[in-house]
Amino acid sequence: MAETQALPLPVGAAKPPVRRSGWAKAYFGTPLNSMISLVSMAMIFFLGKLAFGWLVLNAVFSGDGAACKDSSGACWPFLAEKLRYMIFGFYPFEEQWRPLLALTLFLTSCLISMIPRFWSRALLCAWLLVVLPVLYVLMAGGVLGLSSVPTSSWGGLPLSFMLSFIGLVCALPLGIGLALARASSLPAIRVLAVGFIEIVRGVPLISILFMATVMLPLFMPEGVTIDKLLRAQVAIIIFAAAYIAEIVRGGLQDVPEGQFEAGSSLGLSYWQVMRKIVLPQALKKVIPPMVGLFIGFFQDTTLVTIVGLLDFLDTVRSALRDPEWQGIAVLEGYVFAAAVYFTFSALMGLYSRFLEQHFRVTHG
Amino acid sequence: MKQGFLAICAAATALLAASVAQAGTLDTVKDRGKLVCGVSLATPGFAAPDDKGRMQGFDADICRSVAAAVFGDGDKIEFVPTNINTRFQALQSGEIDMLSRQTTQTFSREASLGLDFGPTVFYDGQGLMVAKSLGVSSAKELTDAAICTLPGTTTAQNLSDFFRTIGGKFELVVFESPDENRAAFFAGRCEAISSDRSDLASIRAVANNPDDYLVLPETISKEPLAPAVRQNDSNWRDIMSWSVWLLMAAEEKGITQANVDEMLKSQDPDIQRMLGVTDELGAMLGLDNKWGYNVIKAVGNYGEIFERSLGEKTRLGLTRGPNAQWNAGGLVYAPPFR
Amino acid sequence: MSFLNDMRFRAFCYQIGAIGLVVAAAWTMFATASDNLAKQNIATGFGFLARQAGFVISETAIAYQPTDSIGRAILVGIVNTVKVSLLAAILGTVLGLFVGVARMSRNPLLARSALAYVEVLRNVPLLLYLFLWYSLIIMVFPPVKQALNILPGVYLSNSGLVLPAVFLESGAAIFALLICAGIAAAILIRRISQQRRVATGKSNHGMAFACLALVLPPLILWALGLVSFGWDIPQAGRFRLTGGLHVRPEFVALLFGLLLSVSASVAEIVRAGIQAIGPGQWEAAAALGLHRSRVMRLVVLPQALRLIIPPLTNTYLTVFKNSSLAIAIGYPDLVMVSNTVMNQTGQAIETIAIFMGVYLGLSITISLAMNWYNARVALKVR
Repeated sequence: MAETQALPLPVGAAKPPVRRSGWAKAYFGTPLNSMISLVSMAMIFFLGKLAFGWLVLNAVFSGDGAACKDSSGACWPFLAEKLRYMIFGFYPFEEQWRPLLALTLFLTSCLISMIPRFWSRALLCAWLLVVLPVLYVLMAGGVLGLSSVPTSSWGGLPLSFMLSFIGLVCALPLGIGLALARASSLPAIRVLAVGFIEIVRGVPLISILFMATVMLPLFMPEGVTIDKLLRAQVAIIIFAAAYIAEIVRGGLQDVPEGQFEAGSSLGLSYWQVMRKIVLPQALKKVIPPMVGLFIGFFQDTTLVTIVGLLDFLDTVRSALRDPEWQGIAVLEGYVFAAAVYFTFSALMGLYSRFLEQHFRVTHG
Repeated sequence: MKQGFLAICAAATALLAASVAQAGTLDTVKDRGKLVCGVSLATPGFAAPDDKGRMQGFDADICRSVAAAVFGDGDKIEFVPTNINTRFQALQSGEIDMLSRQTTQTFSREASLGLDFGPTVFYDGQGLMVAKSLGVSSAKELTDAAICTLPGTTTAQNLSDFFRTIGGKFELVVFESPDENRAAFFAGRCEAISSDRSDLASIRAVANNPDDYLVLPETISKEPLAPAVRQNDSNWRDIMSWSVWLLMAAEEKGITQANVDEMLKSQDPDIQRMLGVTDELGAMLGLDNKWGYNVIKAVGNYGEIFERSLGEKTRLGLTRGPNAQWNAGGLVYAPPFR
Repeated sequence: MSFLNDMRFRAFCYQIGAIGLVVAAAWTMFATASDNLAKQNIATGFGFLARQAGFVISETAIAYQPTDSIGRAILVGIVNTVKVSLLAAILGTVLGLFVGVARMSRNPLLARSALAYVEVLRNVPLLLYLFLWYSLIIMVFPPVKQALNILPGVYLSNSGLVLPAVFLESGAAIFALLICAGIAAAILIRRISQQRRVATGKSNHGMAFACLALVLPPLILWALGLVSFGWDIPQAGRFRLTGGLHVRPEFVALLFGLLLSVSASVAEIVRAGIQAIGPGQWEAAAALGLHRSRVMRLVVLPQALRLIIPPLTNTYLTVFKNSSLAIAIGYPDLVMVSNTVMNQTGQAIETIAIFMGVYLGLSITISLAMNWYNARVALKVR
């Protein structure tokens, strides 16, 4: 649960005074500095050599498990052979173009939606009415001649993206609602919201997942069952909502009281003031920390492997345990998974920083 | 916002509740058009998907036999992977219609977990496996060794009891996931791994070199593995139990997947009843009268299932042992079909 | 009609409505659950806590036998959770402090390396790291039979680290008493020396005296022969080492994973905190002739601390909750023990309620403690 800390952005942040000087001085200005540079260089060189040796020099580029067993380097044939399984899990083999297409569509849509210029109501509608239904049909099938694939066969990278993305999308309205309730002047509603938020934030995600997968079915009337995947999804939504509520609350607090009063004095109702005046200002402020939060959720979805869902980390792990590769390609699998998570998280992190910059420039 | 959400939830729950009448499991399964069966995910020999994603193994075939009994087609089935924690809850909540997952029938499970077990499909016992290089030939020599096992099962308790009786100590290393457990054992984190003997065979089968490992002769517990269904639905329990017994009886009578069509012409009254040529056994359970024929046609008899997934020609290489027919010195004994 | 428009009446209705809905939902769920449990003949209640546990726990910080009660087993889990999160928080903070300061270094190489360290840790899921560290430990280190004998009596293998253990053979009570007295004396000496320094402006050796007060009494006691120590040296058994202190790889992997993630968060928090202190502070302190390191220690850090405490609280809460990932690599923390209990008794609702309650209670305790500390270091506005 890498809950991302939303640090208060230091206003007018300034670095300690740096003596302007040349390149050489930065590295070798004082004896201590030279030593630091030398030690750092030695370490970087050592790590680089280790990585290069493992990835290239000693690596095995073709052959099977037996060939890898004798080598001390990376085992590329493992990745080649297991790549499809690691990405798509147990999704029926002949149908795997569907999750591939879904993944491509999803990532392209995300990429387009990341450009602030395109943000509009139309884009939101396109997501809700076109992209998400198409993604669902592609994955689940059952119509248009696509064979039906039960959710118990979904797995791999599409599942990880789905859990985190749908989690955030559904948690957003819920979280905003909770934040408003928490800031409400009605004590009963405030207490309920505070109770919900603090309870969820006070327990680990794994316990909420356990609750959803093991306990929730017992609370359902006889004969009513909720899909296991859906239950985990609901757990993630609930978890995300509490954290979003806290971030939005920070945004709401930044909106001056006068805005609300001015709105009220114009005769606008509570909801009108919120929708038209307060929320737009508050939400703009919280978009960058929200992206940070999303990175956290993307990483947190790995926890569903503990309750038996086959997310990306789980498919990688079961690929490692394949009898043919057992104990041979452990490092390879984990490094590959880490690289995938790192790439997506780091890109989102860059995007978050870009947004911060963007808002500072355009909205003062 | 929140109230709205809650209201929607409440309404949805009410709707769902209203739409589901108090139907028996058989009707639910028939309406759905497929049987949902809980299995383990990656236990070669019992339940593991092959290259094409089709679930293979002994437990999976037990599920298929019930699907064939209901639908006449063993492939009208969805396999739900369950892990050790969620298997009983999945059954209790109705997420799955039956559980066929190397599960030991015990008193407390049957009495307090809200489930009914069917006939024992595999007579098992807990054993220990070590690397041959360790030079150990009996579990009694394992004093002070570290032993890897899974939590939550009776495995750890049996080990404690066993070592208490021989007056030794041991270090327990417990893993949540079978994969982790296996990997730790192969890497030498512990000297021995303990589980049901059938499971040990499965673990041995996935080793790089199965011949490096040895299952020790001691059996330290009784583990009758049986499929289970929810309590209080005796019709559904009957269907599961008699589908399993049919597999056993078919082996006794020599009915196989290959010769089942010829057997329809058999003069043996038992066979005639089992295959639905005479009498109406199927109808009594609410099934098609040819259910017996369908089951054998879909998966073969008990012996065939055993040999296909666990037998000596497979990677697991298990002998029938106590799982031979009663007239061949084993414990497999189906009640009469009449 | 008029009272429908009355603000207070409407507010009242909203609240009653909200409470009513929550109560109704809770009641419906409770009713269905108890109905389901009764119908399916599933046991309920907390009576199982007193039953014999029967399972072994591989790592116990307090005495525990399989014959003890389930309640005791859960307690062992709680202690294990607290143990690993506390250690991870302390070690992670120390490491994070160094990395955070390295991030601010004027040497670009060091600053960049520290940045890379933080990014690599923050952008990969903790769970993946835990699996990775654990696999590395059991793959890289030799099996216990070929354990590396790094120092006399110290063995390293994929079954963990075995150290010689020290224990008191006699005089345990007086020893503990003296250590407590030593700590109290050290704190007192430090206080007085600080006051005197503030009053006179001269530096004294308060720190050295305080340290002396800490170590001297036990040393004297030992020299006089009032206490005696015994050594428990690990011995090679047939399969593994017996005796000594055994640090298990599951614990190490979890501790390592947690402390690294804490260190990355702390580094970022420290950096942001320090950067938030205006350059004027640096310049003013430099004008007084203070060296850069002293400016950091005496001027900047104390101010930064106020900004640092709230996010730091979050980090500690996070590491505490993250320790629940122990279940993935087999360290018997609260969740793992509860899970075993859940499996044995089949009483999911009660067990989950227990461990959620414990987490909630401890989370609130940590929050309160940190808030108290925050109030203490907050800028006093006079």
